[in-house]
Order: sequence, then structure tokens, then C-alpha cells
Amino acid sequence: MEDIQRQNVMVPRPFLVHRVHKETEDTFTLELNGEDSAESPPFIPGQFNMLYAFGIGEVPISISGRSEASGGWLHTIREVGTVTRALHRMKRGGVLGLRGPFGTGWPIEEARGNDIVFMAGGIGLAPLRPALHVVQSMRDQFGEVALLYGARTPESLLFEKERELWRAKFGVQVKVTVDAAGREWKRNVGVVTNLVERASFDPAHTVAFICGPEVMMRFSVVELKQCGVPEDKIYISMERNMKCAVGFCGHCQFGPTFICKDGPVYRYDRIRQFLNVREV
Amino acid sequence: METLEPILSKHPFFKGLDKAYMELVTGCAKNVRFDAGQFIFRQHEAADVFYIIRQGKVALELSPPGRPPVTLETVNEEEILGWAWLVPPYHWHCDAQAVELTRAIALDGKCLRNKCMEDHDLGFELLNRLLPVIGKRMEATQLQLMDVYGTKA
Repeated sequence: MEDIQRQNVMVPRPFLVHRVHKETEDTFTLELNGEDSAESPPFIPGQFNMLYAFGIGEVPISISGRSEASGGWLHTIREVGTVTRALHRMKRGGVLGLRGPFGTGWPIEEARGNDIVFMAGGIGLAPLRPALHVVQSMRDQFGEVALLYGARTPESLLFEKERELWRAKFGVQVKVTVDAAGREWKRNVGVVTNLVERASFDPAHTVAFICGPEVMMRFSVVELKQCGVPEDKIYISMERNMKCAVGFCGHCQFGPTFICKDGPVYRYDRIRQFLNVREV
Repeated sequence: METLEPILSKHPFFKGLDKAYMELVTGCAKNVRFDAGQFIFRQHEAADVFYIIRQGKVALELSPPGRPPVTLETVNEEEILGWAWLVPPYHWHCDAQAVELTRAIALDGKCLRNKCMEDHDLGFELLNRLLPVIGKRMEATQLQLMDVYGTKA
């Protein structure tokens, strides 16, 4: 029986590309629908799917939301290699293989009654986006909510309309910065960690969700801790070379854990000791 | 006459500074404002002032020859602008331009340097406050240099 289950999770199901939305020059969102609605069941924000471009390869991609119109899963992808390039070339009506959802998600329930700080770097905003949707749907159950978002350039910033909606309609402190910009950019320039002290939240009663390049997450944790956010209230989303996505193959081993099944979302204090170990 | 001391002593940079030192610092301070687009200082000019930003935003820029200016960092309210006034050869390392209407308190760097020379304890206090700011900006520069959001990161 267990073997059959293993076989099933390893077999990609065909999904139809319902829509391709260009986000930036190298980043796009695929709206994917299965054959029936049961094919895209509920997911926990922070989880990922394995997307398979037939004949080319498979990559882990976080779910960045659900389409209100079609109910399909949204995946926001940055073109960085062969598979993501093939996915970028897909058109409406195209078919790809999908396995998932896999992994752990953001513990939004635990944050209820607290302030929340979302820290996103680059494409890292995509896995946090569905968590922001959940918070937005029950906004009165949280205190201060801050989104601190850093990107490389103004052109690479994602989800501008939604960020504005979160700020204007849902009282989210949205603070954005870029690493470098020309004079036409009138907002913040500098690293995302600079935004921590500009946000208003009660550190002792704050839960922080961080997603971005690992270096950015490490610096972010340091900054949050300096502010007084407890280590056990900080969550980070890790990324490694995930292959099977169910903890069989060991490609994504991180210390004694497998990121595909024990992560990608980890409580910081539970993996802190492995973050500074070289080659892990 | 009302002085700038109450405002300065509330600023995080001067928080906890001995009252006698605070008076010395206030003696070198004056209110200033810059319109959007106005340059506050230029690279290589003498760095004889530093600023406590009270309102607004300032862009720190580099203008490489033959290339458009690049903003490296913005300095916002409650932050300090400029540390080159305390480190020889006392020249600015970049341009500073007000992004929007900016109000600040300008502290005469030469005046402060002289007071620090006369009273090393004051110098120690100011260096102690300035070094973390410099350290943090260096760390930020490291992160920017790593280009963590780039495709090869």
C-alpha cells in the first residue's frame, strides 16, 4: 500500500496552462488547472509543487496563490535555468506535469493575536503572497502587519497592485527598497534589513516570516533579533536542490532534515545550528 | 532663547549622551532645509557638516564618468547623514541629494572635531555612536555587492 502511495506522489499529473502573466522581464506567473477542481485542492501557504516541463525536467516552485476566476493554482517563476526557461515559453492551452503540494507552510494560526512581519527578498515575495492573502481575509485577528520587501531594482519588484491594495485597504505597512536605482526612483534604496527599524511593531509579540535568498534571510534574522523578536517566533523558507519532494532521494538534506518534507518553512531556532555549517 | 537641545537629545544618535556634552554639541547645531532635487553635498568636497534628518529623504549617489548617477542608499527620518566629517581626510565619498523636501539639523563638523580634540571623552562618545552606523552601512554594502537577488546568487 505504501509503495502505491509512493508511486502516486512520484507520478506527475497533467495540468493545463490557463493563463501566463508577465510580472517582470524574467518573471512570470502560470495559472494551472487540473482536469477537475479536485486536482488543485487546498494548500498551505508556503508549500510548493513540482512542475515538470515534459522532456526537459522538473523544478520545485512555491504556490503563489489561487486564481479567483478559475480556482487554479498560481506559480510565480523566475527564469533562471533550462526548465524555468521552458516553462516561460509555455502558452495558454499548454500542458505540463505537476506533483504536489509538498512541504510545510507558514504557521499563520500561530501568529493570530500577534503582530506579523513579512520580510521578502526578490522572488521570495511569491511564497509569502498566499500567506498575506490569508491575513488579509482575517485582518482584524492580527495586530500590526508589515511587509518589508527588497528587490534588486525597481523594475524587478513584483505584485505592485496587490502591494498597494494591502497598504491602502488592509492597513498593512508596506515598505519597499531596492539595492540600486536611478534618480527617477523616489523611494527607498538600500538593503531590506534597513526597513526593520522603520516598521512599527511590538517585537515581543511579533511573528516573522522571511523568504528570500539565504544570505538575505540570515541578515534579516540578525536584524529582527536585535529588535527583540524572539528566535522561536521567526520562520524562514529554505531552498535546496529538491528532486523527489517526499524525502526519499536525499538531495535536499539539510542537517538531519529534508527540506522537501520537513521544510521548506522552518522555525529558525530549530535549524539555526546548521545555517552556519559550510557545505550544508 | 529656545535651543535645539531638546530635539537633539531625543534623537537615537544622541540618546543617553551626558547633558554637558549635549550642550557642547548643540552649540554646533542649526536648522536647515533642502528642496527636492537640491544637492546637500558633492563627492570629494570638504566634509565639514553632518546632518540629523528630521523629515524627508536623502539619496546617496555615485556619478561614474560617462554613466548615469546611481543611488546607493537613501537616508530617512531619524537617521544620520554623513560620517566623513570625523574621518581624515574629511572629504565626502558620494553625492547627497534631497529626494523630497528635507528638514534636518546640521552640525558643524569642524566645530565638533575641535571639541573632540579638546575633550577626548566627547570624541570617544561620538565615535562610539558613529562606528555602529558605519559598520551597518558597510554590512549593507557587502550585501549589495553580493547581488543576492541576481541570477547567479
